[in-house]
Amino acid sequence: MTTAPAQAGWRFKQPSVIPGFGLTLGFSLAYLTLIILIPLSGLVWRSASLGWTEFWAIATDRRTLNALEISFGTAFIAAAVNVVFGTLVAWVLVRYRFPGRRIVDAMVDLPFALPTAVAGIALTTLYAPNGWIGKLLLPLGIKVAYTPLGIVIALIFIGLPFVVRTVQPIMEEIDKEVEEAAATLGASRFQIITRVLFPGLAPAIITGFSLAFARGVGEYGSVIFIAGNLPYKSEIAPLLIVIRLEEYNYPAATAIAAIMLALSFVMLLIVNLVQTWSRKRYG
Amino acid sequence: MADPEIKSYEPYHESRSAAVTESRPAQAVLMAIAFAFLGIFLLLPLIIVFHEALAKGIGAYTQALVEPDARSAIHLTLLVAAISVPLNVVFGISAAWAIAKFEFKGKAFLTTLIDLPFSVSPVISGLVYVLLFGAQGLLGGWLKMHGIQILFAVPGIVLATVFVTFPFVARELIPLMQEQGNGDEEAALSLGANGWQTFWYVTLPNIKWGLLYGVLLCNARAMGEFGAVSVVSGHIRGLTNTMPLHVEILYNEYNAVGAFAVASLLAGLALVTLVLKTLLEMRYGAELAATRGH
Repeated sequence: MTTAPAQAGWRFKQPSVIPGFGLTLGFSLAYLTLIILIPLSGLVWRSASLGWTEFWAIATDRRTLNALEISFGTAFIAAAVNVVFGTLVAWVLVRYRFPGRRIVDAMVDLPFALPTAVAGIALTTLYAPNGWIGKLLLPLGIKVAYTPLGIVIALIFIGLPFVVRTVQPIMEEIDKEVEEAAATLGASRFQIITRVLFPGLAPAIITGFSLAFARGVGEYGSVIFIAGNLPYKSEIAPLLIVIRLEEYNYPAATAIAAIMLALSFVMLLIVNLVQTWSRKRYG
Repeated sequence: MADPEIKSYEPYHESRSAAVTESRPAQAVLMAIAFAFLGIFLLLPLIIVFHEALAKGIGAYTQALVEPDARSAIHLTLLVAAISVPLNVVFGISAAWAIAKFEFKGKAFLTTLIDLPFSVSPVISGLVYVLLFGAQGLLGGWLKMHGIQILFAVPGIVLATVFVTFPFVARELIPLMQEQGNGDEEAALSLGANGWQTFWYVTLPNIKWGLLYGVLLCNARAMGEFGAVSVVSGHIRGLTNTMPLHVEILYNEYNAVGAFAVASLLAGLALVTLVLKTLLEMRYGAELAATRGH
């Protein structure tokens, strides 16, 4: 009787009776490499071949810096707003029963399904000085369309489902017993929410924030209509990439793209660290 | 005998004692805030699309849609989706098979790579192809010599769309197939089915609703993609304009009715997607992996 060696040492793949591993993995890797990896490494290669002085000149250009600041700043504010309202929406959807709850729940995914250009022109029309909402805000001296505030509005629209859809499933899993125990022990409703429920939700809220933030930083379609696109004032980084491309200034477009990718990467890294910390602290 | 008490029992929603929920007035206030927020940020934009599209009557609306440039934009959008969605379906099934059915080194890394396009700005997704195929690009000279047009033509638009919609099918199928395990496939194989039969008669029926769900989301994004396509298309009217790009051109020409008429078709697509998605979640929720979360 032959027995397989108990310890085969390093093994790329565990044995399996199911066929097709080579074919499916091979095809997937080839497709991934052709569509994603080669084009992306082309970007890295191009920006690396720029040379440090040229790269630095583009990176520290006033217009580049302002565009990056606007993109990251507005995305941060919008994600923060979405954390507050998205968590509230998730709470209402999970905890309360009301007629039409399913429809409201489905509506939350609208920003995923609605093409960004459509969202862009719709929001611009709403918030323009003569629009339904813009008209109401004008007497208060608030201008939304064609200002950075407009960018925030567009990014709130885009990012909302990310927060709701990350927080909602975690909320659904909270045990009633935990709350009841806290109540029996004399905690007020407010204490239960802040001391018992919130810590459990914190990691999901951070994930939702980071997803909404990452999406907001790169968002283009919904923003360019409402932003007004004034250089130094309301010009987002993705738009500056497009402008540089249209000027056939490939090095600048490449450099800005590389900076954006690097910054997003660092941000996500920080978020991951914060998350690990919050899991340790509250988990 | 079925006990009506148990039948209508919901785990915890219905039976919350006063101690573990907010007071009625507090509930009303929270709901009012949530509804107001959703109304302003989600409902109003949707309403204004149809309102503006029909602002000059149904005649102007249909006129804007049968106009040749609009029609060619609709054609191009359908064509691009018809090519890129099946490509990503084949990839999604293949990647899910490799990742869910087998244990191998570097699996987690591969899964991360598949999600990569979601964290890249759409503009950058387009830019990478310009850097590759553009006149100053790595392959630009070679392509020009052989008279192959990729940028500012359908192949470029398809590539950019494939890039942006790359993860949709795979990320729906991977967790689903992992959850279902290998038992069914192993049974089929032990009964003498070959690999292809196992996939076709055992795996595919198991994953069909999840697959449909992934296709639905993939298609919505493919038809609606703006940033990536905008960078590679060159905006040639009647030739390389997809519907979202056509919306932009009309809007910038102050042709609000035209822009919103085409936009209303895309909004309709979004609504149909949401309805189908909700129906799938309601009926086959247990057979979908990602009924929640994206």
